[in-house]
Amino acid sequence: MDIIVAGCGKIGNSIIANLIKEGHNITAIDNNAEQLSAVTNIYDVMGICGNGADLDILKEAGIDKSRLFVAVTGSDELNMLACYIARKLGARHTIARIRNPEYNDQSLGFIKNQLNLSISINPEALTARELFNILKFPSAIKVENFGRRSFEMVEILLKSNSHLDNVQISELNNKYNSKVLVCAVERNGQTYIPDGNFVMQSGDRVGIVAKPDEMQKFFKPLGLFKKQARNVMILGGSRIAYYLAKFLIEDGCSVKIIEKDREVCHNLCDVLPKADIINGDGTASELLLEEGVNSVDAFVSLTGIDETNVLMSLYASSIGVPKVITKINRPELAKIAANLGLESIISPQNITSNIFVRYARAVENSLGSKVETLYKIMNDNAEVLEFNVSEDFKQVNIPLKELSFKSNIIVAGIIRGRKTIIPNGDDVILDGDKVIVCATDHRLRDLSDIIK
Amino acid sequence: MNRRMVLYMVGQMVKVEAALMVLPLLISVLYHNDCVYSFLISIAIALVFGFLLTIVFKPSNHIIYAKEGFVIVALSWLTLSLIGALPFTISGEIPNYIDAFFETVSGFTTTGASIVNDVEKLSRGILFWRSFTHWVGGMGVLVFIMAIIPTTTDRSMHILKAEVPGPMVGKLVPRLKDTAKILYLIYIAMTLLEFTLLLCGGMPWFDSAIHSFGTAGTGGFSLKNSSLAGYNPYLQWVITIFMLLFSLNFNLYYLLILRKFRSVFKSGEMWCFFGVYACAVVLVTANVYPLYHNASTALRQAAFQSASIISTTGFSTTDFNLWPGLSKAILLLLMFIGGCAGSTAGGLKSARIVLIVKIIKRELKRMLHPRSVENIRLEGKKVDNLTLNGVTTYFALYAVCFVLVFFVLSFEDFSIETNISATAACFNNIGPGLGAVGPASNYFAYSAISKIALSLAMLLGRLEIYPILISLTPSTWAKK
Repeated sequence: MDIIVAGCGKIGNSIIANLIKEGHNITAIDNNAEQLSAVTNIYDVMGICGNGADLDILKEAGIDKSRLFVAVTGSDELNMLACYIARKLGARHTIARIRNPEYNDQSLGFIKNQLNLSISINPEALTARELFNILKFPSAIKVENFGRRSFEMVEILLKSNSHLDNVQISELNNKYNSKVLVCAVERNGQTYIPDGNFVMQSGDRVGIVAKPDEMQKFFKPLGLFKKQARNVMILGGSRIAYYLAKFLIEDGCSVKIIEKDREVCHNLCDVLPKADIINGDGTASELLLEEGVNSVDAFVSLTGIDETNVLMSLYASSIGVPKVITKINRPELAKIAANLGLESIISPQNITSNIFVRYARAVENSLGSKVETLYKIMNDNAEVLEFNVSEDFKQVNIPLKELSFKSNIIVAGIIRGRKTIIPNGDDVILDGDKVIVCATDHRLRDLSDIIK
Repeated sequence: MNRRMVLYMVGQMVKVEAALMVLPLLISVLYHNDCVYSFLISIAIALVFGFLLTIVFKPSNHIIYAKEGFVIVALSWLTLSLIGALPFTISGEIPNYIDAFFETVSGFTTTGASIVNDVEKLSRGILFWRSFTHWVGGMGVLVFIMAIIPTTTDRSMHILKAEVPGPMVGKLVPRLKDTAKILYLIYIAMTLLEFTLLLCGGMPWFDSAIHSFGTAGTGGFSLKNSSLAGYNPYLQWVITIFMLLFSLNFNLYYLLILRKFRSVFKSGEMWCFFGVYACAVVLVTANVYPLYHNASTALRQAAFQSASIISTTGFSTTDFNLWPGLSKAILLLLMFIGGCAGSTAGGLKSARIVLIVKIIKRELKRMLHPRSVENIRLEGKKVDNLTLNGVTTYFALYAVCFVLVFFVLSFEDFSIETNISATAACFNNIGPGLGAVGPASNYFAYSAISKIALSLAMLLGRLEIYPILISLTPSTWAKK
């Protein structure tokens, strides 16, 4: 399907990379010729140099034939205007990045309505939400939610003395008297969708799906359950830091933000009266110690420079901070950081582009069982998707064991009204359910895609 | 450098060439020629070689960068010509392999320079293959591969950039594959149209096919020793018009299909091309009028010859070697200008000429007003400095390579006129030159070394220098 992306910055770049992998035809617009050619040199896209809100440029890009228009330039206002014009010129769906907190309050609904936006994206708030989820469950590398929090997906790394070492998956629920499901395992760079005979080993990265309370019940006896981080230190006063601090304070945690720029500090003080704002260079270990870095529950480095984030996270780990989270923008650096031993690495681009991938799939499959949520897990090697079961899913009311699934696919959960089911072979999918599916090497667009 | 990927791509390309050779094979079966076996053997060799390359060098890593793109293009064209020369030698119709290589390079690069003394003696299958190479080489072999083979790599843009002539390469649609398909569809449609028009004019179907291939690729191989002189005026006019059409930027045709007539009408490069052509026709017509004493003949000859040279095709309706000095000088100048960027024509390309004129204007203005600021625009868009630098560098490189080839030729016992025009005609992918390499004679008299130098010149001209030059640079191949 034809997609136009206006803005080729960090976010734009990663959206293009992901949508190209999905097989879409992409036209990129940017007014910076250098940035544009950096994209067209790497990806098979058409580049048009110019303003994304310019009528002629949009027409040249073929806006009337495009199904989806995405505006992710640096300016919120330009994004809104571009989406408005694109919509008027015939783009079927429009997505704008709107990240200024002033627009992201009650006015957002009004703006979206008036501009006819399909969705608006605030990468900073999304990233902060993800960080917040992890801080609530610090033993996990990653935490994702499905169906309004009725299901959780948690990604953990099995340490060498883990209780789960050498445990066969079929024994898991009997042994710990729990209702959880292991949906994916990564071992030595290979991702598996395990069956009951699979035996977990230390060093594995394991994805587990369960109801939130079941999850806690499961992890407590394992000694894996660390309490929610109540005392968090944040390095860098970026927009992500603002949103994260806001979420944490609303949840009753104490937050300390260290920021170099005095002006930024003052602004943060205005909007976050309950947070401790420290003006100083966060790369000076003396300052961090003075502010009590060795007694916090969690350390989150969110400066604009990847390298600083990596180094300071390594430092925090070395002095024994229980949970360290690192924000890294550049994907190649994320791999290096993982090799250096950093566990929780967050990339705003990945979080954002997952939403675009999901939306593009849903647009493409406008009649069938739509993708409701999509997360990439296991270093982007597997996907967990939530589908709305619609009428044209033919295999309703058939026990799962009688359906022939494609390989490397598992039905990890079913949400029926207020009930949540960890399915076994006797469960069935009904019309109106929400179904959670985990898969590797597939690009699922419709729930029917899981059947052979 | 990703050598496995480079060799793998070359292997893929050789396989495609084997498939392409099936067409002349069928023709020779149809006409019961003796060259059937030569094609069978050549196809077998190409297949074995192709599969060997693709199996041995199956790459684990498909990523290519600009460097690999250049080398893939250069190596592919060289291999293509080396294998394409086999049928000529095996059939014994061009016994000397170097001669056959020259002929094939001349075919694929759409030059049309020949070493065959008596074209009419060649068998039908060989004639067909010789002209078919024009058609294949015109739009580019690798572009063709991209149009038919499922995308092997995300970064094929580097290949397109290296193979498609012109200072700037633009896509028509987001996907490279679709762009390549559209280009080839336009190319095929126009070739078919010309073929039909020639048939209607009473040309036999085999001749029509040969001349359509020659025009479409702006090549110029004919099947008569006198080229097109023996055909009626209608046919000559049809070919004149199509030579001009094939030297326009193909993007314009796509815009026509999209009904964006205004953008087509505003194309500065197209008007520059037509302007130069019109001036040349007027001057040559006036100059050769005394020879023919007939305005319509003089106009037809002038229009045909000018179109043939500026489009870098190289057909002839008359021996322009016998024309007055002014006309010959005009034709020699037209050789350098060539067609538009993004066409099948060779030469420097109108777009570059326009840009160079604009750069010179800007520099002159800057000398008068040192603080003046001026942006150079082409087709209504600002041209960035990187592209402008590329154009001037290309111009300088072009001159250097030209002089080097000319120098190599100078060891031979020919007049300077012959040598200069031979270099120009090969470098700009035209074909016939002046003097001893004029339309009535050919390149047979040159020595083997000169033929190799001229073959290289043709490749340099078709691929616009960089791919060949980069492949010849040792540091490209260094293990790092």
